[in-house]
Amino acid sequence: MATNYEEQNQAVDEPSKQPTGTVSSVVGWINDRIPMTRVWNMHIAQYPAPKNFNFWYLFGSLAILVLVNQIVTGIWLTMNFVPSAEGAFASVEYIMRDVEYGWLLRYLHSTGASAFFVVVYLHMFRGMIYGSYQKPRELLWLFGMLIFLALMAEAFMGYLLPWGQMSFWGAQVIISLFGAIPVIGEDLTLWIRGDYVISGATLNRFFALHVIALPLVLVILVFLHIVALHEVGSNNPDGIEVKRKKGTVAEEDKPNFKFHEYYTSKKDIVDAIPFHPYYTVKDVLGVAGFLILFCWVVFFMPEMNGFFLEAPNFEAANPLKTPEHIFPVWYFTPFYAILRAIPDKLAGVVAMGASIVVLALLPWLDRGKVRSIRYRSKWHKLNIAQFVVTFLILGWAGATPQTVFSTILSQICTVTYFMFFVLLYVYSKNEVTKPLPTRLTK
Amino acid sequence: MMKKLLIGLFALLPTLTMAAGPSVPLMDANIDLRDNASLQRGAKLFMNYCLGCHQMQYQRYERTFRDIGIPIEIGKETLIFDGSKVGSHILNSMSKDDAATWFGAAPPDLTLISRVKSPDYIYTYLKSFYKDESRPFGVNNIVFPLVGMPHVLQELQGLPMPITEEVVENGETVTKVVGVETDGSGEMSDDEYDQAARDLTNFLAYVGEPSRLESEAIGIKVLGFLVIFFILAFLLKKEYWRDVH
Repeated sequence: MATNYEEQNQAVDEPSKQPTGTVSSVVGWINDRIPMTRVWNMHIAQYPAPKNFNFWYLFGSLAILVLVNQIVTGIWLTMNFVPSAEGAFASVEYIMRDVEYGWLLRYLHSTGASAFFVVVYLHMFRGMIYGSYQKPRELLWLFGMLIFLALMAEAFMGYLLPWGQMSFWGAQVIISLFGAIPVIGEDLTLWIRGDYVISGATLNRFFALHVIALPLVLVILVFLHIVALHEVGSNNPDGIEVKRKKGTVAEEDKPNFKFHEYYTSKKDIVDAIPFHPYYTVKDVLGVAGFLILFCWVVFFMPEMNGFFLEAPNFEAANPLKTPEHIFPVWYFTPFYAILRAIPDKLAGVVAMGASIVVLALLPWLDRGKVRSIRYRSKWHKLNIAQFVVTFLILGWAGATPQTVFSTILSQICTVTYFMFFVLLYVYSKNEVTKPLPTRLTK
Repeated sequence: MMKKLLIGLFALLPTLTMAAGPSVPLMDANIDLRDNASLQRGAKLFMNYCLGCHQMQYQRYERTFRDIGIPIEIGKETLIFDGSKVGSHILNSMSKDDAATWFGAAPPDLTLISRVKSPDYIYTYLKSFYKDESRPFGVNNIVFPLVGMPHVLQELQGLPMPITEEVVENGETVTKVVGVETDGSGEMSDDEYDQAARDLTNFLAYVGEPSRLESEAIGIKVLGFLVIFFILAFLLKKEYWRDVH
């Protein structure tokens, strides 16, 4: 065709390397202006990822999926939500009844909130068992912790918006916690609420923070999290590096894949595969599996027996009527149990704060040289196992009316929660570990 | 191993409940949202016996008629008593202040009652009124002690008499109402009243979440698609990963 000849001539004249075709000339035009192909290759198509990622490595991409779900459904919910004390509850029911597929948007969003925490908790647990927080990934872990904090704030503020009984009283309880801080406490709660009680003023500011401020912060933090990840490279279930010192890897051991020179110029790479297509297809499989569970909840049991949508929240907020029991949603209950375990309010608040901060300190509390649970001591395995059990028991205790039994159990588990970190600090210094493999195992 | 553990925990989740419900065991409402005849009878009961005091301020007549299979014209004639437009919400004209004076508390809106409580609770509540002269309206309720509401379905059920039992609670012997038995003055037999209570519960359950059936109908298709997609994604992954293994 005649146009082909012209294009070829153009392509030769222009500095871009793409030789023929309309698509490639468009790509070339863009590449001369922004580094599209270079970024694609560097971070996706020629990004070296360890070849032994397992089930636990699906939750990062799933977290992005859920974040996108929350943002998209959130935008559409915002179109019909009325952020006022008078209109909020009724507008949610308007969405549920009168807006076309409004019920679906709302359930996707409410189930998505819980799914976000499921995915993020499993993602964090992956980091713990494979030591992904250890040097040189400390900053990556810290960005992750900041995401977790922002996510908790986002979820907390979002939960006020439907303006149900649990929205109102849950927020009342949590905000009053700040009152325990000496000297500034009371003024601080007033400043957060914008009123002497939870009111329309609180709802309005939480709405603004929930739909604009915190999502923006979350997206920026997620971007930084990925930038940090791609700079240091992914850890893997063996906890050994796939990027080796230049010149230490024999030619026949190098994988038969093309990696971006950004990585190969500085290091020799073993046992890695390009992120695309290998992990993109694997993540698609993970997405499919996740969506089966997710949609099962969305379409068939969006309340999840009161775990995802609490029954008292189907009643409009009433400042004169306190619900029989006030619980946060399930994802906050482990921390809530720690708060309740301690009789003194200030000490309880401090313990709850510390239980989150201490996670951020993991890179420095773990003094071990071996990352993965696969090659660490029996004590480490036991310690992680007890931490999991502790976390689950705390989650249960925080979602149960307080009894003598649940209080004592919470107190024991508060001790074992912090004991995890203390013990880790102690034994990790001179831990007896198994010898590390030189190459990735399956 | 970990996968199995996770799947197991996930499967367990629905069996755990955190409801702080009443201490009285609830009866099984055994409702069927697909039973339009039952829903229509329930709607009729609601409009005749409940709407005078309880509104459904978030639910519209037209949507209701359409969902439970009542032709709009017939619905307008037989179920809208106050001349409301068919597109309007299901409201009454009782003022909240008056209601609070008359009953001690304004009768709650019933749009979402089936989700705040549960269908089983509503069914049990409707069947648990009993004669108690000490109360302002002469009746009390087993699942809602000291209830401020009269037994509005009394003309259907008759006046239920309490069946009591001596039970030991915290070391003290107390008389407890454990069941009711109608005095037979109602228009309905026991079985008919049970069915009426079930119909009304069914209707309230429908109104609590009018999208339920549509959600499940779409959900089946979505899950079907996802299962096929999962299989294709699995095969695609296997094909690509041949290079790696």
